[in-house]
Amino acid sequence: MAKIIVVTSGKGGVGKTTTSASFATGLAQAGHKTVVIDFDVGLRNLDLIMGVERRVVFDFINVIAQEATLKQALIRDKRVENLYILAASQTRDKDALTEAGVARVIDELSKDFDYIVCDSPAGIEKGALLAMHFADEALVVTNPEVSSVRDSDRVLGILSSKTQRAKTGESVKEHLVITRYDANRVARGEMLSVEDVKDILAIPLLGVIPESRDVLNASNQGAPVISMPEVQAAEAYKDLVARFLGEERTHRFLDPSSKGFLNRLFGG
Amino acid sequence: MSLTVLRLNTPDTDRVIAGIEAEVARAPKLFSGLPVLIDLNRHRVDIAQVADIARNQGLVPVAVVDADDDSAASARACGLGVLQQAALDSQASRPRSDERPAARIVDQPVRSGQQLYARGTDLIIRAPVSAGAEVLADGSIHIYGPLRGRALAGCRGDETARIFCQSLEAELVAVAGNYLVADDIASEHRSQPSMVRLVDETLTIENL
Repeated sequence: MAKIIVVTSGKGGVGKTTTSASFATGLAQAGHKTVVIDFDVGLRNLDLIMGVERRVVFDFINVIAQEATLKQALIRDKRVENLYILAASQTRDKDALTEAGVARVIDELSKDFDYIVCDSPAGIEKGALLAMHFADEALVVTNPEVSSVRDSDRVLGILSSKTQRAKTGESVKEHLVITRYDANRVARGEMLSVEDVKDILAIPLLGVIPESRDVLNASNQGAPVISMPEVQAAEAYKDLVARFLGEERTHRFLDPSSKGFLNRLFGG
Repeated sequence: MSLTVLRLNTPDTDRVIAGIEAEVARAPKLFSGLPVLIDLNRHRVDIAQVADIARNQGLVPVAVVDADDDSAASARACGLGVLQQAALDSQASRPRSDERPAARIVDQPVRSGQQLYARGTDLIIRAPVSAGAEVLADGSIHIYGPLRGRALAGCRGDETARIFCQSLEAELVAVAGNYLVADDIASEHRSQPSMVRLVDETLTIENL
């Protein structure tokens, strides 16, 4: 049986899709057969970030509507073994997602895969609710600012009351992922610190991804940031995946860089 | 056991229905499964319809009070009891605290957008109450963690109810309908272990 993980946040633009892409890639690189599903019907992005947008023939909605088989719709990643992508439909609307349909697809995927990563759309509407409905675990992605933390708190409430696990009296295992973290701005009091966010959300911290222009570069190139060499955000995502798989790793990139004038001059 | 009384102030059935729907919409969890007496207040309304609407909204109408003979007959016809006004008076004068059910204890964080209500008793929360969450109790509220959302104690008028928390960062605190919003809470109480209670009908905050 596959483990089903939802990547969710409430607020848009915090890094759900970036995190889904890197997380799924990391799991696959660790040798686990992984599929990542884009639940953002009508606003599909995951295929772009994974660099497979030119190979989408059938999508998630086609499979739900039984217009295509899973085999036809799953896109195999060319760079990483064991990694598959199920793209969202760009032309349908969210009503095309049905609980029974999603259940059937996830059930079928469960037979073949070790991990199913569900990339949730923003908001708390149908798409987001269905993305989390069957989850065993959740990565709650938050930026270190008040409105993002508030929305994540709302999503945590929904995870603990509306999901299938909540309804059967079990709980969804929650992990905190803080993205776009800028230690220098935290030091200046312009951003919430890791401790502030942990204090408000009261769930275990899985990873902190530093703010980095490499993330945007990676998206534009259609490669998950985790696969970029010598990039802090990539290192942070690798740590995150290792921690998820049970390894103990200390959190890095939490301290402000002490770049003085000379350092900056000489690129230190 | 205490019963909530739905007292009609108008003979206009439509306005009564609109009133019930508006009140329930404000806090659906608070009213869900709540037994109510319908105090007709000598008005004549379409009892069957009012009872139906009340049921649809999750209330459990038990009986009518203060009905004239016609209304009493139609109340019986739709399965409601008929009580005398005196029954209601003895209800109201009896102290509620003797038969309080056990406190409601919650171990999970109360998240933004969630509403939690301890009917007829105290509420004990062993986790944070987030900004945007609302906790209500007919008795007192104890929070072993920070209170960042709204807390309303003594929801049905118990003026001896209190609110306790380990860190007062609330958006709103209220006891028996007397409330303070965040802006009214003095800075010396902010983020402090605090107790909120009514003293001479004034809502007062004390550091613990």
